[in-house]
Amino acid sequence: MNMLERFFRVIGSNTINRVWRLGFAARFFIALLAHSGETFRRPRLLLRELYASGVLSLIIILVSGLFVGLVLGLQGYDTLQRYGSSEALGILVALSLVRELGPVVAGLLFASRAGSSITAEVGLMKATEQLTAMDMMAVNPLARIIAPRFWGGVLSMPVLAALFTAAGIFGGWLIGVVFIGVDEGAFWAQMQANVNFVDDVCNGIIKSIVFGVAVSLIAVFEGFDAVPTAEGVSRAITRTVVTSALAILALDFVLTSFMFRGL
Amino acid sequence: MNRKVMDLWVGIFVVIGFAAVLFLALKVSNFSASSFATTYEVTAKFDNIGGLKVRGPVKSAGVVVGRVSAIRFDPQTYEAHVVLKIDSQYQFPRDTFASILTSGLLGEQYIGLDAGGDETMIPAGGTIAKTQSAIVLEKLISQFLFNKASEGKKDARAE
Amino acid sequence: MTFPYVEISGLDFAYGDRQILSGINMQLPKGKLTAIMGGSGCGKTTLLRLIGGQIKPCRGSLKVAGQEVARLSERDLYDMRRRTGMLFQFGALFTDLTVFDNVAFPLREHTKLPESAIRDLVLLKLEAVGLRGAAQLMPAELSGGMARRVALARSVALDPELILFDEPFTGLDPISLSIIATLIRRLTDALGATSVMVTHDVHESLAVVDYVYFMSAGRVVGSGSPEEIKVSSDPYVYQFVHAQPDGPVHFHYQAPTLDEQLLAGALK
Repeated sequence: MNMLERFFRVIGSNTINRVWRLGFAARFFIALLAHSGETFRRPRLLLRELYASGVLSLIIILVSGLFVGLVLGLQGYDTLQRYGSSEALGILVALSLVRELGPVVAGLLFASRAGSSITAEVGLMKATEQLTAMDMMAVNPLARIIAPRFWGGVLSMPVLAALFTAAGIFGGWLIGVVFIGVDEGAFWAQMQANVNFVDDVCNGIIKSIVFGVAVSLIAVFEGFDAVPTAEGVSRAITRTVVTSALAILALDFVLTSFMFRGL
Repeated sequence: MNRKVMDLWVGIFVVIGFAAVLFLALKVSNFSASSFATTYEVTAKFDNIGGLKVRGPVKSAGVVVGRVSAIRFDPQTYEAHVVLKIDSQYQFPRDTFASILTSGLLGEQYIGLDAGGDETMIPAGGTIAKTQSAIVLEKLISQFLFNKASEGKKDARAE
Repeated sequence: MTFPYVEISGLDFAYGDRQILSGINMQLPKGKLTAIMGGSGCGKTTLLRLIGGQIKPCRGSLKVAGQEVARLSERDLYDMRRRTGMLFQFGALFTDLTVFDNVAFPLREHTKLPESAIRDLVLLKLEAVGLRGAAQLMPAELSGGMARRVALARSVALDPELILFDEPFTGLDPISLSIIATLIRRLTDALGATSVMVTHDVHESLAVVDYVYFMSAGRVVGSGSPEEIKVSSDPYVYQFVHAQPDGPVHFHYQAPTLDEQLLAGALK
């Protein structure tokens, strides 16, 4: 009876802690939005964050996109040519990337590279009392440090997802048309006929914006809420990557079921 | 971090991002100039639209001349009302035939327009009078089986 | 006794069910340097945070310049903070800015002075702490003592009325120690500011401060001028000033007697 009671108590307290933390995160998000005015009034702040989150993630995004496209091309051709439909390779590569792989994989990579870096920066600033010092100097750290990083991430994410998708399609073309020898005309023509701008491309962009908001929010929150020690910061970084990954995959399911119902 | 270098790289980042979106829009998807072309609406009534979907193509002689913009059900006549948006540069005579066809054997369904010989053209907001509903595969198969069955009975009685 | 700039009466603070401060009464006079001393965990840093308005007391009153800090709106609190300088334990310099930009930060944020005026002011502040030549270095390139001096320059950038020092002597070598102590004294006098120093460094503090409050386990256990403290016979104060290992603050952590514990093991 004692073990059972303890078991339920642990679950209960864990759930209460998580719900409390979720509430805290929600209030944090609202405060962040309320203090976002300065980010847009001082473009220097935003520019620095666009560089840190966007530009510095370029290499990993482009290279990964290329490789995903190459693999899609290879695997896709292998399966399609069994049914004599190798000309549909363009459609397969494009739709997979535009609808799903582009936003999702780019989101996961963004969380690991830019998200963890944001959490590390903010967490470290908290641990070395820089955030408190700024607060004591009557400068709101939410407005100066947190909000620019959030918006930098939100604005970088769709750009990175589009670049990932474009690199992937290039990779698919490279493998399919250049190396394997699928007909170039059929590759592009079938793709263009079957990829709808509004349904597929725009929905993909909407997905990447939603993922951008989720990952950036998680990253700044974990950094801001980190225990101010070295161990606390490293645990916060791990939490950012894990929580972001789960959030992206869950949101992807929700968005896909709304967007691609009956299409 | 040198400000000028940072500005340069962010600028490059934004430009190639924009280029990627443009690439996706133009080369990858069917976002063509005609999406913004002027169109006029025409209605067609069908008994059965089969698998026709909104935004499906409207083709004449195999060339895309418009899109399906809405599919509605008429509770009075129990028919399907399909609203087509046809590119303004194409006019069709009043006795045009609108039928629901399938691309390939099992592909997506579209509306095919067979132009007639009438001299007056269908006005904007007009209706296509002559329509042919979609061929539902199950009905075709059951018809085929029924025919086969009655043939078999005829042969049996003939013997 | 000059007019108190900071008045604390009946102050209580608890974190959850842990009582951190109970019944604190203090008057910190204007223009004077006061030290708050005590062992680790006595609540002195919490008290400093309460004065700065970072946390709110559970009970009691804390007034700075006649205003009740806990009841200030965010705007008024930020107004008060613009007239306050704070020196953090390890400096808390912004690691992505140079020494110059760190000291210029409060000036750029809160004044509309042109860059040329800011440049002059920053160089003067750095000159006061002896680090004008280090203006273009990054915080990572500074030694602990230098970083703290830069932080000191930053905390007085706006010529504050109230300066708070959180353990300014921790981890410094003897030379830097005496430099910081001298600078704290000199700046307090030059600005006519009210300075509050939280520390457990007895020797350096008693040499420069005007008044001392002693704390232990969340209460004030003694107070007086440095001379009074040095000759005090209060057990807490005595143990602290003469650095004795045992006294009211026990050497042994709470445990059963040694005989009991050894015997308990032997009987098994």
